[in-house]
Amino acid sequence: MARGTRRLAEGLTRARAGFGAGIRRVLTRNRPIDASLYEELADTLILGDTGVAVTTSVLDELQTRAGLAGATDAGALRELLVEILSERLGPAEELRLPPAPAAGDGPPGHAQGDAPRTAVVMVVGVNGTGKTTTVARLAHRLLGEGRKPLIVQADTFRAAATEQALVWAQRLGLDLVHHRPGSDPAAVAFDGVRAAVARGRDVVLVDTAGRLHTKTGLVEELRKVRRVLAREVEGAPHETLLVIDGTAGLNSLEQARVFDEALDLTGIVITKMDGTARGGVVIAIREALGVPVKFVGVGERLDDLVPFDAEAYAREMVGSAGA
Amino acid sequence: MPFSLLTTRLGGVFRQLRGRGKLSERDVDEALRQVRLALLEADVNYKVVKEFVAKVRERAVGQEVLSSVTPAQKVVKIVQDELTDLMGRGRAGLSFSPRPPSVFMVVGLHGAGKTTAAAKLAYYLKGRGHHPFLIAADLRRPAAQDQLATLGRQHGFTVWAGPPGFARPDPDSAVAASATLEVVRSGLVEARRLAHDVVIVDTSGRLHVDQDLMEELSRVKGAAGPTEVLLVVDAMTGQDAVNVADAFASRVGIDGVVLTKLDGDARGGAALSVRAVTGKPVKFAGMGEKVEDFEPFSPDRMATRILGMGDLATLVERAEATMDAKKTLELEKKLRRAEFTLEDFLDQLRQVRRMGPVSDILNMLPGAGRVKGLGELEVDDNQFRRLEAIISSMTRQERRDPSIIDGSRRRRIASGSGTTTADVNRLLRQYEEARKLVRRMSRMGKDGRGLGRLLRP
Ligand SMILES: Nc1nc2c(ncn2[C@@H]2O[C@H](COP(=O)(O)OP(=O)(O)OP(=O)(O)O)[C@@H](O)[C@H]2O)c(=O)[nH]1
Ligand SMILES: [Mg+2]
Repeated sequence: MARGTRRLAEGLTRARAGFGAGIRRVLTRNRPIDASLYEELADTLILGDTGVAVTTSVLDELQTRAGLAGATDAGALRELLVEILSERLGPAEELRLPPAPAAGDGPPGHAQGDAPRTAVVMVVGVNGTGKTTTVARLAHRLLGEGRKPLIVQADTFRAAATEQALVWAQRLGLDLVHHRPGSDPAAVAFDGVRAAVARGRDVVLVDTAGRLHTKTGLVEELRKVRRVLAREVEGAPHETLLVIDGTAGLNSLEQARVFDEALDLTGIVITKMDGTARGGVVIAIREALGVPVKFVGVGERLDDLVPFDAEAYAREMVGSAGA
Repeated sequence: MPFSLLTTRLGGVFRQLRGRGKLSERDVDEALRQVRLALLEADVNYKVVKEFVAKVRERAVGQEVLSSVTPAQKVVKIVQDELTDLMGRGRAGLSFSPRPPSVFMVVGLHGAGKTTAAAKLAYYLKGRGHHPFLIAADLRRPAAQDQLATLGRQHGFTVWAGPPGFARPDPDSAVAASATLEVVRSGLVEARRLAHDVVIVDTSGRLHVDQDLMEELSRVKGAAGPTEVLLVVDAMTGQDAVNVADAFASRVGIDGVVLTKLDGDARGGAALSVRAVTGKPVKFAGMGEKVEDFEPFSPDRMATRILGMGDLATLVERAEATMDAKKTLELEKKLRRAEFTLEDFLDQLRQVRRMGPVSDILNMLPGAGRVKGLGELEVDDNQFRRLEAIISSMTRQERRDPSIIDGSRRRRIASGSGTTTADVNRLLRQYEEARKLVRRMSRMGKDGRGLGRLLRP
């Protein structure tokens, strides 16, 4: 975790230069607490894509707590704000996958007591958010944990989606299950799970087509993929992760709503957090839907995916890490 | 529907205003407070909103407005004016080089939609008599070149991914940058040799704060010598849009913006912010997944759309381009007689689908955003085939008068068409919505407010 926190902090340094610095300017000055201070804080949160509604309620709470705590200067507000933001984001949550079979257990799909143990992760999201890259990085992480992942390209829609996944699979030394363009994604998912069992893999990572959440066919199609996974492996998909783009604004909340309703999301991955965007919309998502952020993408490389840590995130945002 | 949230919110504010009659400065301020919130919720950049509201206020609280007989109307007009101004007035087309080929280069963040935009632009220009040549200069993202090559094969334009025998280097290797330049240079030579008049260069996605990659992009620009550099911006971008646009504009230099993914329910704030910050116009908008879902962006039309006043001009244009004249004439007659059968419905769906996403079209109708259930009209190819199957399983009598379709008929139709009764119910509901819409259109036609033209090709 310590390593993860450090990487998160590194990745967010640039975000911090913008957003964090904004709040820091407001907070470190030894100014007394007054209405204009709160107003500036509100502006800074809104610039971080936190949204008017969440910002207002965060600041109301901040005001109440500042009163209770008898806070008198801007510096004290900072700690309170970190507290509130990280509380709202909830405790850190890792992937919840069935345990890998101990060595010599035989094929994971049919371990003793015939309880299938293949873990299944489904990755969804709108166009271009970073799904394929996330799948590759998750595979990389899982390899590091001694798992045996298999990547399934169920994006049969976008041009060259398979070629893209193939490049990643090759870099990782993994094989890829895929079909021809335009074929049924659910069929690829089916083959993927079967192949995992046959080849002795213990985690299946399913990449899906990036389509806007407003397309009617999409939800149906993803539900079908989900149904197939659930039918083939008990409890699958064990994780359904929505990848959102950190540079996107409040629309990500709409995306989360639609995908959650259709697929019961278990976590959010927020990518492209190595820029100046702050992705504050995750707070609204957590509040509205209860879906936690599990990973943060902070670059284009394989190890640029770090576990989310609410307090580290909040600290970076408020600009008090190491300050 | 792009901007639909903003449309609804602003609509509410203006309705309240209109209900007031005379306006005081306080009324205007309250309305503007809500306009401000609506814009922020629509992801318009915070600073842009601030300036916008200040400008509107300055004009709106003057004596001339407040003492007029219809002050609310005037305020709405001011907001509309300023919105249009914010996006830049009038359409800004591409400029072409006097010495072909004209070179257009697309740049932007990761996943903004550059590759798709490059293909769409090529398709668009091809449809206007040009001969585009595409250079796939994104060597970073795995298979980005293959993506463009696939699109080229599908739609019949040439895609250059490097000279014969060119080996794509590891993106992190020292030679990666020079390889990109080699692809661009050799591509230009080839395009000239083949006498193409338009060259479109796709580049890899990069963060505006990545010094090295921004530097690389400047070098690519140097090699390409573009007539125009187009910044591709995802319509869903949040507050950061201004930082991104500003950085690309100042570090690399841009001539215009292409807005993508406008077919979703993006709040569209980026469209308003980007122009305000860079002063560069939005030139095109991507409106769907298909290569033809791409059109010139028109600020004044978009402003009226945002304000819930529809966009009949664009609707008429699209209709003229795609609708079958004879069928439209027949429909017009039927509308006059207030006749609209399930067969007409299917026919209309078929025609309308050619015009683009239904939600998009509905958004161009004045006030249509407020008709509930219209979203149900969105159908994809599979659903469409199902609708056809259902309708062809009906008797003639049922098609003429769907009101006779009771429970047992529904079950019969469902099993006859291999669907479920839920599907049949859905179709009937959609038909009902469409009928309402048609009634509305026919009324508008009579008013002669533009839609008459739509029905009279
Ligand atoms: N800087 C940065 N770039 C990222 C990050 N995550 C993904 N990307 C880049 O974003 C672009 C799109 O990523 P993909 O993984 O192809 O996105 P996708 O969601 O699979 O895209 P579609 O399948 O086309 O919908 C690629 O260029 C990635 O390298 C991140 O955390 N930081
Ligand atoms: Mg993908």
